[in-house]
Amino acid sequence: MDIKRVKDYIYWLYFQYLLITCSYVLEPWEQSMFHTIIVTVFAMVVYTAYVFVPIHVRLAFEFFSQIFGGQNESTV
Amino acid sequence: MANPSAVCNGHLHHHHQKQNNLLKSGIHKKNGITKGMKKNGVSNGTVYKKKFVEHFEQAPMYVAVLTFLGFGVGTIFGYLRDFMRAWGLEKRNLAAEREEQKDFVPLYQDFENFYTRNLYMRIRDNWNRPICSVPGPQFDLMERVTDDYNWTFRFTGRIIKNVINMGSYNYLGFAETDVNALKTVTIELQKYGTGICSTRQEMGTLDKHVELEKLVATFLGVEDAMVFGMGFATNSMNIPALVGKGCLILSDELNHTSLVLGARLSGATIRIFKHNNIQSLENLLRDAIVYGQPRSRRAWRKIIILVEGIYSMEGSIVRLPEIVSLKKKYKAYLYLDEAHSIGAVGATGRGVVEYFGMSPDDVDVLMGTFTKSFGAAGGYIAGKKDLVDFLRTHSHSAVYATSMCPPVAEQIIRAMKCLMGLDGTTQGLQRVQQLGKNTRYFRRRLHEMGFIIYGNDDSPVVPLLLYMPGKIGAFARRMLEKNIGVVVVGFPATPITESRARFCVSAAHTREMLDTVLNALDELGDFLHLKYSRYSKSSHPELYEETRLELED
Repeated sequence: MDIKRVKDYIYWLYFQYLLITCSYVLEPWEQSMFHTIIVTVFAMVVYTAYVFVPIHVRLAFEFFSQIFGGQNESTV
Repeated sequence: MANPSAVCNGHLHHHHQKQNNLLKSGIHKKNGITKGMKKNGVSNGTVYKKKFVEHFEQAPMYVAVLTFLGFGVGTIFGYLRDFMRAWGLEKRNLAAEREEQKDFVPLYQDFENFYTRNLYMRIRDNWNRPICSVPGPQFDLMERVTDDYNWTFRFTGRIIKNVINMGSYNYLGFAETDVNALKTVTIELQKYGTGICSTRQEMGTLDKHVELEKLVATFLGVEDAMVFGMGFATNSMNIPALVGKGCLILSDELNHTSLVLGARLSGATIRIFKHNNIQSLENLLRDAIVYGQPRSRRAWRKIIILVEGIYSMEGSIVRLPEIVSLKKKYKAYLYLDEAHSIGAVGATGRGVVEYFGMSPDDVDVLMGTFTKSFGAAGGYIAGKKDLVDFLRTHSHSAVYATSMCPPVAEQIIRAMKCLMGLDGTTQGLQRVQQLGKNTRYFRRRLHEMGFIIYGNDDSPVVPLLLYMPGKIGAFARRMLEKNIGVVVVGFPATPITESRARFCVSAAHTREMLDTVLNALDELGDFLHLKYSRYSKSSHPELYEETRLELED
């Protein structure tokens, strides 16, 4: 019962995606092409975020802590 | 509400008296309380006798963004397919020139039909569906399938029966095949046949036309009327007869194509004012009178205002009292096209003039069609006798077009007599009241569910906004699967972001049919995520009774 509801919900989400991007009206091969492009772009975004976001966050943290907390650090 | 036959009798009995008396007795009996005609003031509060509530709610911003995104995707794939078609990677299904003519001036401008070819074609199966029964509250549909994505169709031979009809302009339910109702029509058909084979000016004026014209004039409360065989041609062929070069036409933004065509054919100068916007119209009128014609600065020969009673794409009703006061102040003429409103609004079905409690003398040219509320075909123009006599000789339609055929004229006569109560029953008034009830019920429920609906609360045309291009096809197809036939409209008939589904409520719809449709809409609204309204009414309707005017500029 729960599995069915989850499956229906996922199908509903997929259908919303089709409607919003107007890929509902495309022919099947166009839809496959469109899905491939979207998934590729999305995968690239996720990969880039995975690789770069922690490094950038750490650098930003260091930069800001240097500005605010830098007065307290003594250069020994 | 006063005894219906008393109202009808009152109307008839005072027929010979002056128009003022006719109107006063009419208002007196219809409203139950005497309200004098308020002739002063253009502001909203004094001129309207009852609440004028119109809704034009704007959807949240993300909806517009997603709509453009959807059109963008469609456009990109359109370019891709055009490229493939041009380079021979795909079969061309469209008209193309012959090989020998390739060097000539191109006959088929490909780019102009980009939208039709690439977006409309994909969802084309939702339009032009052939039906095979009378378009009453339910009808039969021929099943159609396509093998090559809507370029060609074939019929499977199966007929889908009893599809609920939410698209036909059958406001009063006169599109019926009941033998008793059509008795007189059958008699006339056997007496006259179907063809006229002549124009009005030659040998095409029958006694049926004279009878019909007298009846139309009595129905509307004017001096005389003239009927034509086709509603579209009534507008497009008569406006050129009334105005010409040196005249000014002030036409509403959202006027029907027939009015636009008639205005352009006439050769007069056309200026457009914003939809139902009195301020815009007044500015145009003042400019026209102050500055006159463009180069010579002479006064305009005539200034005529073209408006419609109910606008079929928006469901809005014209602001007639304010326009009439403007027209009297600036001495312009008013042409009112009541195609959708005659028979559908007003206490006894006499159109917007009655709906606002005004006198038909205030409008110079009353035009309407018999296609919508009377279940027939054709149009009429009514007004003062001088005007109609002029049109009998000068109108293109009168001189060249075949006149209305007799069985159709008889159908209109019987429908009108039924409406006026002349056939001895109160069926006509019951139909008008049923339509009013159905309209209010349908609109109220849709508002409660949370859909965005445009238009006036009293108009039987109900546009439900869909916005995104993907949803147009999905909505129509799924409604047909549930056995409900709807009409969906997209660009270019509507603005590009506002595609909609248009429902036409009919007096012939029963409460059960409306409930079926509403439940289907509820389900589909959740499934397609169409309930964008921020103002959905809760279970306390009394909190929302104030006049709300959310006009979209």
